[in-house]
Amino acid sequence: MKKLIDIQNLVKQFDDQVVLNNINLYINENEFITLLGPSGCGKTTLLRLIGGFETLDEGKILFEDKNIADIPAHKRPINTVFQKYALFPHLNVYQNIAFGLKMKKMPKETIEQEVLKALEMVKLKGYESRNIKTLSGGQQQRVAIARALVNKPKVLLLDEPLAALDLKLRQDMQYELKEMQRALGITFIFVTHDQEEALTMSDTVVVMNEGHILQIGTPIDIYNEPKNRFVASFIGESNILPATMIKDYKVNILNTEYTCVDHGFGEQTPVEVVIRPEDIELKPAQGGIEGLVTDVIFKGVHYEIIVMVGTIEFIIHSTLSQTVGTQVSITFEPEAIHVMRR
Amino acid sequence: MSEKLTLRLSRVGTILLVIFTYSIIYLPIVIIAFLSFNASSRDQIWTGFSFVWYREILNNPRLLEAIQNTLLIAVLATLISTVLGTLFAIGIHGLSRKQRLKIMVLNNIPVVNPDIVTGISLLLVFSLLPLSFGFQTMLLAHIFFCIPFVVLSVLPKLKTLDPNLYDAAIDLGASRFKALWLVIIPSIKVGILAGSLIAFTMSIDDFVISYFTFGDGFQNVSIWIYSRLGRRTFSPSVYAYNTLVVFVTIVVLSLFNLFGKKQKSIKGEKI
Ligand SMILES: Nc1ncnc2c1ncn2[C@@H]1O[C@H](COP(=O)(O)OP(=O)(O)OP(=O)(O)O)[C@@H](O)[C@H]1O
Ligand SMILES: [Mg+2]
Repeated sequence: MKKLIDIQNLVKQFDDQVVLNNINLYINENEFITLLGPSGCGKTTLLRLIGGFETLDEGKILFEDKNIADIPAHKRPINTVFQKYALFPHLNVYQNIAFGLKMKKMPKETIEQEVLKALEMVKLKGYESRNIKTLSGGQQQRVAIARALVNKPKVLLLDEPLAALDLKLRQDMQYELKEMQRALGITFIFVTHDQEEALTMSDTVVVMNEGHILQIGTPIDIYNEPKNRFVASFIGESNILPATMIKDYKVNILNTEYTCVDHGFGEQTPVEVVIRPEDIELKPAQGGIEGLVTDVIFKGVHYEIIVMVGTIEFIIHSTLSQTVGTQVSITFEPEAIHVMRR
Repeated sequence: MSEKLTLRLSRVGTILLVIFTYSIIYLPIVIIAFLSFNASSRDQIWTGFSFVWYREILNNPRLLEAIQNTLLIAVLATLISTVLGTLFAIGIHGLSRKQRLKIMVLNNIPVVNPDIVTGISLLLVFSLLPLSFGFQTMLLAHIFFCIPFVVLSVLPKLKTLDPNLYDAAIDLGASRFKALWLVIIPSIKVGILAGSLIAFTMSIDDFVISYFTFGDGFQNVSIWIYSRLGRRTFSPSVYAYNTLVVFVTIVVLSLFNLFGKKQKSIKGEKI
C-alpha cells in the first residue's frame, strides 16, 4: 500500500488554545479511515487542515511526499462533503453537481455526461432540475456526495455526513458509501462521533480526544485491545476494573486470581482490565467474583443485566435473562481479559 | 345574546378604527393628488379638472432640474451604497462574534442618530475637506447614510446561510473572488435587493441631510420645495410630482407582490 497523506507533528492553535497537539498520522491510498472522538476533540479542524481551509501552526502535511502547505484549497485534489452539506441554495441539483466541473472549464457535453453519471451513482436520476430546498435530508446528502465525487478527487473528506439522517437511512448510507469507496478506489477520510459507525465502515479507526490521537488501528484491534481507559469506554460499553498484574499471565481482579493472555507488565503492577459485557457469563453463585442482580433490561437481541459486586457495577449482555435479586457468579475466559496500563 | 352583541360591536369597532387610522395616513396623499388635478393655482379653490400642473413640470426648468438631481443622486447613492454595504456586511459576517458586535454599534449609530446631527457633522467634515459643496457633497452624504441600512438588511440574510458555503465553493475549485461572486452574492440577493430599495427611498425623500450638504445651485426636490414654500414661485407642479411618485411606488409595490406570489406558487407546484 502506498502512503498518500502523511501528517507529521502537526499542531494547531486557536487564540492560544491548542486544538490539535502533535498529530502524527499517515493515510494510505484507497483507505477508508475514520476520525472518531467526542465533540470538540478537533476532528473537524484536522479535516479542514487537510482540505486547506485552515493553516497549521507547526508540523507539516505531505501529500504524495510533497508538502502541501502552499497549495491553496481550491487547487488540492481533495473534495469535501460538509457537515450540513453546504449545497448552493440558488442552484438546482444539476447546477450544484456541475459547479466543480464548470470551475475546471470543462466542455459542456463532458459536464453533462459526468453529472448524469454522478446522479445515477447516488440514485437521483431525474432530479436534475429540482430546487435543492425541496429535497429531503437524505437526498440533499446524496447531492453533496455527487457534487464532491464528480470531480474525481484523490481524497474525499466527509464531516459527519450521516449525523442528520434517521437510523434506517443512516445504515443504508453507511453501506452505500462503503460500496462507492470500494468501487471508485478513492481514499475516504470520514469523521464521526458514533463508534458503531466507525467500526462498521472503516479500514482504520483513529480515536481522538482533546486534540490528541489516542489510538490508531483496525476496528477489531481498537475494539479488542483498547490502549487505555478512554478508548475502552468510548468504543462501546465495557467493564473497566482496577486490578493487579501479579506476574506474566496472572492477574488479580477483585481479590480473585485469573489466568490471562497478557504479559510484559512486570510483577505486582497496578493495572486496569477491560472486560466486554458480552464476554461475561453469569453462573449460579459458586465463588469467585459474586454479586447481586439488580436490573435486567430487554434490548431486543439481548438482555442487559446489571450485577453489583460491592460498590462495583458490572454490565453483562446475555441472551439469557436473570431474576432480579439472585446471587450470581461472574465468570469469563482468559481471552476476555484485556489488561491496560494505569 | 348580549355576549354576541358585544362581540359584534367590538368587531365593528375594530373595523372602524382601522378605517379611521388608514384614512388619517392616506388623507394627505389623497388631498395632494386631488390638488394636483386642480386647474387653479390657489390651493383652496377647485376650479376644474386639469393636467396642467403635470405639463407644468416639463415647463418649469428649475423644478425639472431638481427632480433630475434627486433621481440622479438617488440612483448613484443606491448603486454605490449597495455595493459597499454588501461588501461591508460580508466582511463583518466573517469577523468573530466580539468584533462583530463592536462594529455593529458603529454601523447602527448613524441609523439612530437624528438626521440633523448627521447633517451638521457632514457639513463640518466636508468643509474641512477640499470639496466644493454641491453634487459631490450631497452624493457622498447620501452614500454615507444609506450604507448602514444596506448592511442591516444584508447581514441577517448572511446569517441564515450554511457557514460552509464559501468553503464549499473553494473546495470545488472556485477562486475566492468566484466563490463570492458565484455563490455568496446570489445566495443573499434578496437581502441586497431589499437593502437597495431602502437606500433608494431613504435617498429620494431626504431633506435634512441634503440641506446641510447642498450648494453651488445644486438642489434636489425637497430643497426646492422648502425654498419656495409660501412664495409666488411655488407651483402646484410639486403636487403633480408627488402624485407621480406615489403612483409609481404603488405600481412597483403591486408588481413586487404579484411577482413574489407567482414565484411562490411556482415553487409550490414543484414540491
Ligand atoms: N474558528 C475557530 N476559532 C476558534 N476556536 C475554534 C475554531 N474552530 C474550532 N475551534 C475550537 O477547536 C476545538 C475543536 O473543534 P472541532 O470543530 O475541530 O471539533 P470536532 O471534533 O469537529 O467537534 P464536533 O464533533 O462537535 O463537530 C473546539 O474547542 C472549538 O471550540
Ligand atoms: Mg466537527
